[in-house]
Amino acid sequence: MHMEVMTVTEPLFRLAPGVVFLPVVGILLNLLLGERWNEKVVGWIASLATVGAFGVAVALAVGLTRHPEGAVVPLLTWIRIGDFQVDWAFRVDTLSVVMMLVVAGVGALIHIYSIGYMHEDVRHQGDPRRFRRFFIFLNLFIAAMMILVSANNFLMLFVGWEGVGLCSYLLIGFWFEKGAGGIGNALAAKKAFVVNRIGDFGLLIALFLIFANFGTLDFEAVFRQAPQLAQVAPGILTAITLFMLLGVTGKSAQIPLYVWLPDAMAGPTPVSALIHAATMVTAGVYLVARSQALYVEVPLAQSTVTWVGGLTALLAATIALGQYDIKRVLAYSTISQLGFMVAAVGMGAAVAGMFHLVTHAFFKALLFLSAGSVILGMERGHEAGHHHQVEIDVQDMRFMGGLRQRMPVTFWVYLIGALALAGVAPLAGFFSKDEILAAASAKFPAVFGLLLFSALLTALYMGRQLALVFFGAPRSEAAEKATESAPIVTVPLIILAVLSVLGGLINFPGSYVLEHWLEHTLHTVEAVPFQISIAASSLAVALVGLGLAWWLYGRRPLPSPRETDPLGRVLDGVYHALERKWWVDEVYHALVVRPYHGLAHALAQVVDLGLIDGIVNGVGHVARQTALWWRQWQNGYVRSYALSIVVGVVLIVAYLLLR
Amino acid sequence: MPLVYYLGLSAFMFTIGILAVVLRRNPLVVFMGLELMFNAANLAFVAFAAFHKVLDGEIFVFFVITTAAAEVAIGLALIVAIFRAKHSIDLDQMSQLKG
Repeated sequence: MHMEVMTVTEPLFRLAPGVVFLPVVGILLNLLLGERWNEKVVGWIASLATVGAFGVAVALAVGLTRHPEGAVVPLLTWIRIGDFQVDWAFRVDTLSVVMMLVVAGVGALIHIYSIGYMHEDVRHQGDPRRFRRFFIFLNLFIAAMMILVSANNFLMLFVGWEGVGLCSYLLIGFWFEKGAGGIGNALAAKKAFVVNRIGDFGLLIALFLIFANFGTLDFEAVFRQAPQLAQVAPGILTAITLFMLLGVTGKSAQIPLYVWLPDAMAGPTPVSALIHAATMVTAGVYLVARSQALYVEVPLAQSTVTWVGGLTALLAATIALGQYDIKRVLAYSTISQLGFMVAAVGMGAAVAGMFHLVTHAFFKALLFLSAGSVILGMERGHEAGHHHQVEIDVQDMRFMGGLRQRMPVTFWVYLIGALALAGVAPLAGFFSKDEILAAASAKFPAVFGLLLFSALLTALYMGRQLALVFFGAPRSEAAEKATESAPIVTVPLIILAVLSVLGGLINFPGSYVLEHWLEHTLHTVEAVPFQISIAASSLAVALVGLGLAWWLYGRRPLPSPRETDPLGRVLDGVYHALERKWWVDEVYHALVVRPYHGLAHALAQVVDLGLIDGIVNGVGHVARQTALWWRQWQNGYVRSYALSIVVGVVLIVAYLLLR
Repeated sequence: MPLVYYLGLSAFMFTIGILAVVLRRNPLVVFMGLELMFNAANLAFVAFAAFHKVLDGEIFVFFVITTAAAEVAIGLALIVAIFRAKHSIDLDQMSQLKG
């Protein structure tokens, strides 16, 4: 049960704890001393902490090129009960380091972007003192995410898993007193927390089952014993993997628990980019990739995961078509792309899934941050306009239009991100999506169809968004007067745009760098050959989708915000369903929330107020009534006490005489 | 004289004492009642002692007399203190410690 005593062969691996502790140092500095520092110092301290973590991750990657087998860097023993031991140890292998590089790399860029974004946002929202809190939360998130990906056992992973969930809650509700009715943001945060708790419940059950059946939570020990357990008790392994899938659907926003992610857009835009697009939501994908050894033993779990991913990809892509909020479109797009990744890791194509995870982190972070730049530009235009007393929703794409000339840098990086997401060659998204499609066509032809259609919809909704936001004429004064953002906002965008263009190189067909990199860790790496027919069809659907978007939205731009969506004129009733998100929230409300409220009400009124309170109050009432009766005897007249004594004595003596 | 005469007198004194304690409101009379009860008991003690020809009863009576003296001293001190506070020694007015 004990962790194998591994000598850490590579001196660079000794740096591993730095990925967690550097962000913690950033938190402590800003928490203890940040009060007297100005915004620049606070922001750069947090950013440098993350850049430092990225440096450590790079050093670990360099070390791995020399010792690709990796190592476990022990820090301390956490729990030891009899034979059972859980260590606080950092796992350095090719899979965890890929995650560290993405988290710290994209995270650092988003930190730097946030210095500029939050400078404007805290002033627009009217509380500049919250600037420091934001960066403390961001660093806390990086630390928790690093614990998650560097864990060497399921329990440490769970600590990180809950930690990022907490940060997600804190940051969604960052402006907790804002939003619809003054509690909209707080409700969104609560929803995310509660829905994630349902998923975490599944993960916990999986952990309990692992502990009960393997006697350990260490990755290596569990994975080594998995084939034996599959022989002896396949049902238990199925249960473990399916409960783990429930955890994945919560954290990675898959059917049926995806509903929290669109609402999570209530958080500030850098949060949406970092947590709800690039990193945290990929934790589920990472978990399945890490636990491949369990999933390969259970074909049922594999196909379940794959189907969940495929259906989520399609459902979310359809909903994205009917949204008007610029961030909500991206949120549904994220759910859809996570569906691609989950489907990939489910069917055993873990490398393709991880590849898409990395490239998606680049272009989705880019898209969200650019959307943030657009929102800032709209806010500036709104303030500058004559009608800035009139409240408009600056995130509503119907009020945008024509921002191409006004925000050129943002437009170009957004275009790159959108094309990468749509899967246009030779941008990053094309290669990673293509690998997933190739794997699906070989193993799950039906899911391949789902994913290919989702890819078409992806191109369509991104084309729609581009047309609505950047092309045509401005449909509001805010859009007319919008201005380009400052370099601290646009420079990280340009870096991410370059990554989105070049991201395909990390697993370019022929060289397959990522695949050779990950095969040291993932036990079931199967090379998915590059198929020209698949690539051609994926490129074709991307172009068809974009063309369709141009035909619907670009040819004749939406003339005014009140106009019906052009696609709505074509699809009519179906489009209304898309706008209403297939009524999933309403259905959940009717099927789960309302009965739950009813149950809680019944328990509160009948059981708590009736039964429990009845018992407690009844005991008190009896004691009180008895006391009220007895107190008559203590009337203060000393003569009556004397009489009582006499009567008592007479009774006792009579008893003694007559017995 | 037979023992029962002494015991009858003792019982009679004791009953008068009880009635004085229970019925009268003047604490001085109550004290007198108490003393009557003490002495009724003493009478029973010495009567039994003489009847059985043992000294125990007589010795016990000395203790009772001593205790009664101490009790009266404390009781009178209490009555004086109460009279200073309330300007009355009516027992029924001292009924504030009721439930």
